[in-house]
Amino acid sequence: MTLASALRTGDLTRLPSRRDEDWRWTDLRGLIRVLPPAAEAGAVHEAGPFSELGGDEIIIANGHVQGAADFVTVGGQDAILQLRHVATQASSNPSRFGITVRSGDSLLVLESYEAQADGAVTSADIDIIVEAGGSLRRIVLAADHASSITVSTATVSLAANAVLEQTVLTTGARRQRIETRVAHPGAGATVRLDGAYLLCDQCHADLTTVVTHGGVDGTTSQMTKGVVRDQARGVFQGRIVVERGADRTDARMGHHALIVSDRAEVDAKPELLIFADDVSCAHGNTIGALDEEAIFYARQRGIPADVARAMLTTAFVGEVIDRIEHDGARDIARAWAAQQLGTDL
Amino acid sequence: MLAINNLCASVANKPIIKGLTLDVPAGEVHAIMGPNGAGKSTLSYVLTGRSGYEVTSGAASLDGEDLLGLEANERAARGVFLSFQYPLEIPGVPALTFIRTAMNAQRKARGEAEIGAPAFLKLARETATSLKIDFEMLKRSLNVGFSGGEKKRMEIFQMAMLSPRLLILDETDSGLDIDALKIVSAGVNAMRSPDRAMLVITHYQRLLDYIKPDRVHVLSAGRIVASGGPELALELERDGYDKYVQVAA
Ligand SMILES: Nc1ncnc2c1ncn2[C@@H]1O[C@H](COP(=O)(O)OP(=O)(O)OP(=O)(O)O)[C@@H](O)[C@H]1O
Ligand SMILES: [Mg+2]
Repeated sequence: MTLASALRTGDLTRLPSRRDEDWRWTDLRGLIRVLPPAAEAGAVHEAGPFSELGGDEIIIANGHVQGAADFVTVGGQDAILQLRHVATQASSNPSRFGITVRSGDSLLVLESYEAQADGAVTSADIDIIVEAGGSLRRIVLAADHASSITVSTATVSLAANAVLEQTVLTTGARRQRIETRVAHPGAGATVRLDGAYLLCDQCHADLTTVVTHGGVDGTTSQMTKGVVRDQARGVFQGRIVVERGADRTDARMGHHALIVSDRAEVDAKPELLIFADDVSCAHGNTIGALDEEAIFYARQRGIPADVARAMLTTAFVGEVIDRIEHDGARDIARAWAAQQLGTDL
Repeated sequence: MLAINNLCASVANKPIIKGLTLDVPAGEVHAIMGPNGAGKSTLSYVLTGRSGYEVTSGAASLDGEDLLGLEANERAARGVFLSFQYPLEIPGVPALTFIRTAMNAQRKARGEAEIGAPAFLKLARETATSLKIDFEMLKRSLNVGFSGGEKKRMEIFQMAMLSPRLLILDETDSGLDIDALKIVSAGVNAMRSPDRAMLVITHYQRLLDYIKPDRVHVLSAGRIVASGGPELALELERDGYDKYVQVAA
């Protein structure tokens, strides 16, 4: 049951629905009554959100990959790939893209979701292979139209001593899921999987991750933060599986959300499934409001309430932004958060 | 300067301040002592405009201007500062950033120009040195992981930086070691001036050895039940509150 198979076959019954355990908070079958038609690749004129950072650019326009559908590193440490998913019309946009990081190489993928049209339905499958000792940093910025639907599914396979560092930033959509499935079959893989969802109006964003530790000495560090206002809805599903024999795995998962209005909602399901013995795993999950006492404290110092709220919210999200290592990407992420939270004064 | 007249206030519909009258003229330091639960912190919150603290009758003004109708941040911009009994933690906001934001918000509210980064840092360095605060600490998230005494010292640092006119110190001495008490007291004394007034809430005479009050008041069951000179603090230290608790009852 995937959006991709429904789009490819035109069969609505293939859409995931609330009866599928992993989709109960992101129902597509109840939402999509008619699948929009496919479209030609439209012309994309505007620059993407990461354009200033350079590198190769691949645009997937209305589901059509403009160029080769597989990217393979050719050595070196500074390669950048900008991967842009652009929907210019209310069309069905299924796509698949492959990324391979060769042994010892490193690659920065700057990926954006840019549905521009009301009613666009996008399904992006990204298959990622990181060979032994390779390193992939992936920053995903989803700035979809509030009335579009997007499902992004990245499947990542990490060989021994490979590194994946990922940060997903999203403002949501009518319904949006950004899913990352990581398998560490090799030993000593290192994963950082972060996310921030900043939602307003009636937007919905679902950050789902599944990390499977199959080899020994793997590390996963996850930090997701959300701020939801108005009638928005945030979903976090994080699952870490430590298979039998994956000893000395170190896995930490944190999800923390601020709910800023009575009608906003956050659903979270952090799961650690541990079948190995010698492991160190922890998770934390909090959902709450801003600390009113801290706001009074700031006001007592002369800071108006709205400024105090923005300051505390920005600091809350800042923890995720600060973990982005690449300076340029971190600056863009910080500006994005400031704009979204209304603090880019 | 600060004039409180027959003030009554409730918390969660429970009357706590029950007809409190107090005048603190400019240039003076007044101490408030009183048993636990008497309403001392409540008075400081009512004066600073914390929500949930409902004024049911009476008045409070600063230099003739009504305080009670103003927002908490507006009162701060007019020079009201509270050193909290329990300072709050502000995760993710470095102390310097917080104080600079506060300073510029106050200046903006008063129609003054913002302080530039170089002038701010110079002032912060000088103030930190005088209070024996490690400048590196000011780069950490405000109060997060600070010890009780460090938090109190940070309150006085903020007070010195913001240069308020009405200083309310709620048990600033609690949690301070002997050396810190001297440093903090010296910092407070340095702020004594003919155009400032101070309200010093404390349980212990010892603080008043360092910060010499002009007047001492006993607050019991929501009212000022006795007032006197510095000798009143010595008497309370010796005899306790028994006779005042009976007066109030
Ligand atoms: N939110 C609240 N709800 C109900 N009662 C409250 C609330 N806040 C304070 N009180 C009550 O108000 C009374 C006065 O409290 P306050 O903190 O002002 O005392 P205090 O004089 O500062 O005491 P201490 O010396 O222990 O600091 C206490 O009985 C307290 O329990
Ligand atoms: Mg108190």
